[in-house]
Amino acid sequence: MAEYSAFSLLKNALTGNKDWKPAWRKPDPKASYDVIVIGGGGHGLSTAYYLAKEHGITNVAVLEKGWLGSGNVGRNTTAVRSNYLLPQNTRFYEHSMKLWENLSHDLNYNVMFSQRGCLNLAHTPAQLDDYARRGNAMRHLGVDADLMSVDQIKRLVPALDISGSARFPVLGGLMQRRAGSARHDAVAWGYARGADRRGVDIIENCEVTGFLRDGGRITGVSTTRGEIRAKKVALAVAGSTGRVMQLAGISHMPIESHVLQAFVSESLKPIIDTILTFGMGHFYISQSDKGGLVYGGDLDGYNSYAQRGSLPIVDEVMSEMVALFPGLARVRMLRSWGGLCDMTMDGSPIITTGPLPGMYLNCGWCYGGFKATPASGWCFAHTIAKDEPHEFNAPFTLDRFYRGLVIDDKGQGATPRLH
Amino acid sequence: MLITCPYCGPRDVIEFTYQGDGNRERPQPASQNLDAWNAYVYDRLNPAGDHNEIWQHSGGCRSHLRVVRNTLTHEIRSTTFARGGHKSADNRAEGRS
Amino acid sequence: MSPRRAETGGRIDRLRTIRFTFDDAPYTGHAGDTLASALLANGVTLFGRSFKYHRPRGLLAAGVEEPNALVTVLRGEVREPNIAATMVEIYDGLVAVSQNRTPSLAWDIGAINQLGGKILSAGFYYKTFMGPVIGPMKGTRFWMFCEHFIRRAAGLGKAGTASDPSRYERMNAFCDVLVVGSGPAGLMAAKAAADQGARVILADLEAHFGGSANWSGETIDGMPAADWAQRAVKQLEGNDNVRLLPRTTVWGYYDGNTLAALERVTDHKEAPAKGEPRQRYWAIRAGTVVLATGSFERPLVFPGNDRPGVMLAHAAERYANEYGVLPGQRIALFTNNDSAYRSALALKKAGAAIVAIVDVRSDVSNEMRKLTSEAEAELLAGHAVIATEGGKALTGLKVQRFDFMSGALSGDERSIHADCLLMSGGWSPTIHLASQAGAKAEWDPARQAFLPPKPTQRWIGAGAFTGSFSTAEAIAEGRAAGLQAAGGAASPAPLTVVEAAPGDPDPAPIFEIKAKGKSFVDFQHDVTAEDVRLAHREGFVSVEHLKRYTTLGMATDQGKNSNVPGLAIMAEALGKPIPEVGTTRFRPPYTAVSIGSLAAERFGDLKPERLTPMHDWHIANGARMYSAGLWYRPMIYGLAGETVEQAYVREAKATRESAGIVDVSTLGKIAVQGPDAAEFLDRVYTNMFSTLAVGKARYGLMLREDGLAFDDGTTWRLGEQEFLMTTTTANAGKVMQHLEYFLDVIWPELKVSVTSVTDEWAGAAIGGPKARAILAACVTGTAVDNATLPFMGIVHGQIAGVPVMICRLSFSGEMAFEVYSGAGYGTHVWEALIEAGKPFDLVTYGLEALGTMRIEKGHVTGAEIDGRTTARDLHLDWMLSKKKPFIGSAMMDREGLVANDRLQLVGLIALDNRPLNGGGHIVEELDEANPHDSLGHITACCYSPALGKYIALALVKGGKARHGTRAFVSDPLRNRFGPIEIVSNHFYDPDGSRMHG
Repeated sequence: MAEYSAFSLLKNALTGNKDWKPAWRKPDPKASYDVIVIGGGGHGLSTAYYLAKEHGITNVAVLEKGWLGSGNVGRNTTAVRSNYLLPQNTRFYEHSMKLWENLSHDLNYNVMFSQRGCLNLAHTPAQLDDYARRGNAMRHLGVDADLMSVDQIKRLVPALDISGSARFPVLGGLMQRRAGSARHDAVAWGYARGADRRGVDIIENCEVTGFLRDGGRITGVSTTRGEIRAKKVALAVAGSTGRVMQLAGISHMPIESHVLQAFVSESLKPIIDTILTFGMGHFYISQSDKGGLVYGGDLDGYNSYAQRGSLPIVDEVMSEMVALFPGLARVRMLRSWGGLCDMTMDGSPIITTGPLPGMYLNCGWCYGGFKATPASGWCFAHTIAKDEPHEFNAPFTLDRFYRGLVIDDKGQGATPRLH
Repeated sequence: MLITCPYCGPRDVIEFTYQGDGNRERPQPASQNLDAWNAYVYDRLNPAGDHNEIWQHSGGCRSHLRVVRNTLTHEIRSTTFARGGHKSADNRAEGRS
Repeated sequence: MSPRRAETGGRIDRLRTIRFTFDDAPYTGHAGDTLASALLANGVTLFGRSFKYHRPRGLLAAGVEEPNALVTVLRGEVREPNIAATMVEIYDGLVAVSQNRTPSLAWDIGAINQLGGKILSAGFYYKTFMGPVIGPMKGTRFWMFCEHFIRRAAGLGKAGTASDPSRYERMNAFCDVLVVGSGPAGLMAAKAAADQGARVILADLEAHFGGSANWSGETIDGMPAADWAQRAVKQLEGNDNVRLLPRTTVWGYYDGNTLAALERVTDHKEAPAKGEPRQRYWAIRAGTVVLATGSFERPLVFPGNDRPGVMLAHAAERYANEYGVLPGQRIALFTNNDSAYRSALALKKAGAAIVAIVDVRSDVSNEMRKLTSEAEAELLAGHAVIATEGGKALTGLKVQRFDFMSGALSGDERSIHADCLLMSGGWSPTIHLASQAGAKAEWDPARQAFLPPKPTQRWIGAGAFTGSFSTAEAIAEGRAAGLQAAGGAASPAPLTVVEAAPGDPDPAPIFEIKAKGKSFVDFQHDVTAEDVRLAHREGFVSVEHLKRYTTLGMATDQGKNSNVPGLAIMAEALGKPIPEVGTTRFRPPYTAVSIGSLAAERFGDLKPERLTPMHDWHIANGARMYSAGLWYRPMIYGLAGETVEQAYVREAKATRESAGIVDVSTLGKIAVQGPDAAEFLDRVYTNMFSTLAVGKARYGLMLREDGLAFDDGTTWRLGEQEFLMTTTTANAGKVMQHLEYFLDVIWPELKVSVTSVTDEWAGAAIGGPKARAILAACVTGTAVDNATLPFMGIVHGQIAGVPVMICRLSFSGEMAFEVYSGAGYGTHVWEALIEAGKPFDLVTYGLEALGTMRIEKGHVTGAEIDGRTTARDLHLDWMLSKKKPFIGSAMMDREGLVANDRLQLVGLIALDNRPLNGGGHIVEELDEANPHDSLGHITACCYSPALGKYIALALVKGGKARHGTRAFVSDPLRNRFGPIEIVSNHFYDPDGSRMHG
């Protein structure tokens, strides 16, 4: 398949754009594969891509029940950052960041990763100390972080209300300059195209309806397009983890599926150049290249698969937005959607072998799934190929909860809605 | 979403706090069965469909309610007090014992 | 009279002239005009520029779906961008400007993008701008360089930074029947429901009720439809059980039949009347909703369909009949259905010349042929428009013979001179709210439209919303829906008679004319039919991929114009029927909603402020306050010229030397009462409370179920069955919920009641060597000597005539007392204590000094009980009772929670005698350039007047084993590096002799 470049655009423009080929094939499933990845979202596709690229495993099928990227990879607020408190998370997300920084080249697909920075605002002295703790933790792992003064913040985001009379005046903030945002759909499409070019079969509209077993071992899946066998079956189904695990006979998981709403305003000329989070509530905002303000807040706070949010959260998020930006009260919210978040008991993900023989599990991404996409696939591919975790995902086991080895960045304990 | 508190009547979801999976069973306080404790603290039924869950009417009478709610449609099938008995939401006159 | 304004007709008030400006040019219009109709009347044809190619654009529509004519409305410095000119009612002094053009609407430099048209095809961003793999532009740098310019070119209007001074209001409403849409169907439904006695709300997004009746030119009940509508509205106005909400867009259909609506209360006024908000946000809980939201006319896709002067047919009819404005003098129409014939006749009647009706169908009914001749138009059946001509205004069009079975064009091109081309591509019911409510739309091959799904919540559809496009059907369905919604029986009474132009509701399934040139599907985002086909070629064939790859339907009109044509073109490319391509599920909002309205009263007032009873005293006495959660608390009571450090050092020092007083009213306070109260506390706390004597207090620790530390505080036994529990300020609410959960869900057999009494008590802590003498000087009714009031003892007495409760406990490490009084007397008691303390050099101290003294003592707070630490980590294992189970006891010994390398609480002393910072880290090996291997972090720090050193509390890996060792503080964020000594957290008076006194 042709490389994408300015030259190929020009050449195709001259022939009326008639010669472009599909970004990925639409093959029928084969009878068996070395690896089946269930879930054609960002993580499943990147897993397949890195299985092929890093481990030479190309006899791979990605099974997607709907259209490619129909899950959270296309329903998020596109933030990419590695500004975590706890080292297990920071190391993992920083690995992801490094993959992000070269992802467009790696995939020959512009995922528009733009390192416009992520600024966490602090509103109390205690909060400033907390952010200093976090920033210093990052610096001790070689990750960039800086504290910003109110004056610096004002220069960076002139629209922000930094007056002392605000209900929660801004006292400073923690900045990760290498953080940024990317074009979410492009990540799915780029990985799909990259995996496809390396021989991976991407099979859409193929829903897994059960698992094939040989004794206790998983040996394949039955699907709406027939039975498919595989030496290894890997799950990367995000919000559907509970449902798919039930097909494997596992009814309980340390996961609750919650709905998280996000919002986009009408397109505006540039007004916010960075990603910004509010410290006295759960609110974050950035502006897309098309000009829409992309923002969101807290979980609705109850189990849901409906991908539909409730009104109180809408009100809460908008209130926080105009508290920070009183000039944006007349800007209008254009779109909203609800994404499914697999909230774990400590707010950190799971990438592991098992829990059944022949099965590999990648789930529990809470809010972190999009930024994790490259490292999640990279580590999961490693885990599948080597039958053991990479050091980056070694802490993200399923039994860490039982063993008291939780990775609780927010310190909220086993109350998923609070992570 | 409206939840009908058996005590207060139908109220907006904003008045309630979610307390999660209502199927969990807490071991006896003195139990040393760590597996049972772990399952109670960390494992959840997470069905796509009807779910038995606990809500607190924190912005109202502060009762805890056992609510059966469909997680695909948000339809609420039943609401009873979590504590003792099973007073139905439709049986408001009975009040709280 | 302006060039395009008809002498008569319309709803405007020709006697009232309104003056306004657009792009700085002055214009006039009439009361009742929208900005669109007024500018159109003034001969304006150019209203906006498109997003990508910056093509000149005129009005496409007359209503909420307008994609092209977006303006920014200015009120002083305050800007409101991206408003459709069709939705702006003009008022005197209105200032509107066009958008997305440099330097002007007529001459826009961005139009240069049109030259790159073929290169800037769908998805071109993904294929380029990656840049070099090595060199200074590697990684993300080249993209970010390009992006800088792309961002500036993109975007529509400009938002302001000036704070919006407007007020927004929220209303909660309840009704039996909410009727959305006030066309004939909605009016009938509202009336029928109201007549049944139901509480009815009728909402319409337009300024005037009536919907299509306002411009259809039809006759209802023997009178012009518009008059019939006015009569119906008058009847409704007279009903007490009906609330009419004009200018109100119902934009969200949420769970539990809760609907969200936005009322534009004063946007159409020069200035709001006294007390009026700018907008009002309605949250409506409806028993049943009648959806009578009508339908949208669809554009046709053909080359040049975006030229200014090309408009939807019904929009022109609206301009003529509602506003008395003719969008052209020589009008041509292009259609695939019968409704355009009625439009042609209406415009003819309004004074325009109809030069041609171009119909893709060769087989046009006799009724339509009759309407054509009444309009004195030429009928070009079996023809299609293949091009338009003109620059910033239309001058003509080209037609060719068209075979609608094959889509083939044939024969000679013919040019037609016209200044306006109206198109009608059929109608799509406005099913957005029904879709939001949770169901999937169904394709109707006859109507060539998505019809509303089966209801998933309690709503009933009526009129064009259901695909019943005639007014007679609307009236019948409206009445039936209203009756059904109100629980009434179907009415046998005869229905109102409608005289309307005839017409078949089913269009020909033609959406696109394939000819040379750019044919637009999504006008605002410049998505062409070719872009849709390119998406198909590259495999982006599902409806969501199509949307995301081309941005079709993502503009401010949210696909209201482009959705169905886009799907149709993709379906044809795939060779599949339209429903197999899929349909998008609509999500809130139906139209864009101002963010201020959603914040409503919370705009400018985000969260409540919690103030202690003594707040005003603190302010009056020079306290510098800071916020702690929702509370405001004194930080220091600074003297003139003092730094913060100087102030807290003075306050702490004075407290340890004489006495100090601090406001502790913010501590959480919970009354725990009942026969099983003691048993309950034994289960909740790690230590025993059932053994606590009445009149004594005890420090308690709670764990979470998972065995980690949760909260701490003292709990006072006031009686055999009565305790007063105190919690940390931050966790007051969480502890309360925790207790209630266990009592209600886990241990319902315990007879205990818990009540939050935080706000009932004012609390002052007074400590220091002279504290007891101060109390002795002002407390009556009880002694306060060591025998009466021993450590952790409680007495009741009075201060200045007010009953108080005094507990001798200490956070500062000094001999100290907490004095609680009724909240209303807090300041009274506080002032009495201050007065009594004067001879004893009593100082007031704030949180900084409080923190300093607690750090010296090594007490923990939320900075250490941070949800990740155990009792052992904090050296509180002495509080873990072995005699009884308690919450967390079973889980607290798991391997990860007892590991030796966990972060444990220690004290630090700065060996370089410089200040430390909260959040600084600890390392064994200092490497300023490349900090690494953090051992832990500082949780709290201060200058200790007692030790004369900068000290800190820290959580350090294996900290307990490190006492007496040296390490370094490593704080690269603040460039603070230096040697420290790790010591016990008990810096000061470790055996407690001072507080035991």
